[in-house]
Amino acid sequence: MTTATATPPTPAMPATPLSPTSFSNLWWLVSDTITLTRRNLLAVARIPEALFFSTIQPIMFVLLFRYVFGGAIQTDASSYVNYLMPGIFVQTVAFGAVSTSIGLAEDLQKGIIERFRALPMSRGAVLLGRTTADLIRNMFVVIIMTAVGLLVGFRPSTGVALYLAGTSLILLFAYALSWGFAIVGLTAPNSETAQVMSFPLIFPLTFVSAAFVPLASMPSWLQGFATYQPFSVTVSAARSLMVGAASTGTGRSTMYWVVQSLAWILGFLIVFIPLAIRKYRTRT
Amino acid sequence: MTIAIEVENLQKTFTGKREVRALDGVSFAVEEGTVFGLLGPNGSGKTTAVRVLTTILRADGGSARVLGNDVQKKAALVRTQIGLAGQYAAVDENLTGRENLQMVGNLNHLPRSFVAARAVELLDQFNLSDAGDRPLKTYSGGMRRRLDLAAALVARPAVLFLDEPTTGLDPQSRNDLWEVIEHLVEGGTTVLLTTQYLEEADRLASTLAVIDHGRVIADGTPASMKAGLGATVLEVGLASIDDARRTGTILGGLGSHNALVNGTLAEVTVDNGPQAAMIGLRALDAEGIIPQTFNLREPSLDDVFLSLTGHRTEAEATADEADDSAPRTKRRKARMRKFEEAMPVETGEFS
Repeated sequence: MTTATATPPTPAMPATPLSPTSFSNLWWLVSDTITLTRRNLLAVARIPEALFFSTIQPIMFVLLFRYVFGGAIQTDASSYVNYLMPGIFVQTVAFGAVSTSIGLAEDLQKGIIERFRALPMSRGAVLLGRTTADLIRNMFVVIIMTAVGLLVGFRPSTGVALYLAGTSLILLFAYALSWGFAIVGLTAPNSETAQVMSFPLIFPLTFVSAAFVPLASMPSWLQGFATYQPFSVTVSAARSLMVGAASTGTGRSTMYWVVQSLAWILGFLIVFIPLAIRKYRTRT
Repeated sequence: MTIAIEVENLQKTFTGKREVRALDGVSFAVEEGTVFGLLGPNGSGKTTAVRVLTTILRADGGSARVLGNDVQKKAALVRTQIGLAGQYAAVDENLTGRENLQMVGNLNHLPRSFVAARAVELLDQFNLSDAGDRPLKTYSGGMRRRLDLAAALVARPAVLFLDEPTTGLDPQSRNDLWEVIEHLVEGGTTVLLTTQYLEEADRLASTLAVIDHGRVIADGTPASMKAGLGATVLEVGLASIDDARRTGTILGGLGSHNALVNGTLAEVTVDNGPQAAMIGLRALDAEGIIPQTFNLREPSLDDVFLSLTGHRTEAEATADEADDSAPRTKRRKARMRKFEEAMPVETGEFS
């Protein structure tokens, strides 16, 4: 900092490192990510209506499938609600990941990212702070949905450790998706468009999947896609971890699905993160 | 004197649906501790210049240095020395005023204790102490703009960029903000200010550049620009457009530039006001033209802009911007209609 600055000198200006070292670069990334994660979560806390209504929707899905459609769907799980809940979890966190695109588009639109770009902050922190905040938000949503599930008769049967492993896998999947939606948010001209751009991507993947109905009930030409697309693989993995591999009705082991799901997650991260960063850099 | 901001032959072309040369070889220099005004209508390239200087945008060619550091090669360093307050108050809606300031302080990697004290100080300085812990949703436009400026000052930048700081503000808030900016400059801050308000540039800037279509078309002090135009403006209001046109022809001979006729108003810039007024009135009398209003005034920067670019700035540009739904042709048509409505009156006078 130069000394020729304005205003009365109440608090003394601390010295800032002028040329950041690689260590301070990393430290800045961590510290700026924390600052922005906190900022994004404060926004969630300040508009509780948004969180409330975004949880209402999956709860309605639970009630709809549990009590309206459920009776007509035959599965290999001990009960339909045990089959359903892992699917609902994946659907819910995937929809939650859409908020990454909306949030980024909104920040671009309102000009706050202009301010961030003129600050000596870490370049990656805007995207990291956004995806981290959405991950934490999704954690909160999964806790609520677990409670809702337990209320309507969901009974996970594999023990706490495997249940938590299943939850972690779902959240990790949503985090990887967040980076994909970051690209959508950075491409969209405004937040409304970001939202309508996101849903056509997510809808077929959620419904043409193992989330709500057994794969065997679909026409054979659809089964290949519906079995191995990333949402389904993750649903099957979570279902195996939470209520046992037999419940998937595929005859595959838990490991089979978990490994595939992790591969998708890793693939998404490898592809989406550099693309999102590039998009962020070149967006004018 | 030290140069705080130096811009040489800056170029930037936006490619897209339509190729736009936003900066077409812009050069200027700003002395440390002064206010430099970048004046121009919407779309003239002002904001693009600010975005390049604040490291947000990369230029295609030319160079820009802030406090001696190239904004592209030493972007990280430049960012620690500048503050930016924008046209669209870039503050976070969902946070309180204090949280906004603290966030900017934290992102500047300043110690927490300093950031907390600085936030208190700035809220006080900008008359926002009472509103400091309220979310921004409850703020008025003027309060938001003040907070935006306060946020730009958290790290005590030596160079401050203000992109149309008062656009859209009511006169009182505008005046308040001007006072704050003047106070900052007294403290030694260098300010680059873009504006489409000539009054603003006149009041705040010690030097300025007029920019149009990405080029600097004139620069100097506000006084020298006015001087170059002539000392006084003779402004005559007439009863009809035709009278105004005839008056324009008559008065045209009095000044160094041609007279301008705008509706029923004719104006000419002259060196010796009273003398020109006397001659002008006699000539009008001889032609049987009776003025409705008659004024001698200092030339405004609006006059400067008009004589430089052939089009006005302020009112029309902002009005066009304001109603953006197919604005230009509609407005032009409306203007034409008005003009045609006026026509029968003047032909009536002739018959």
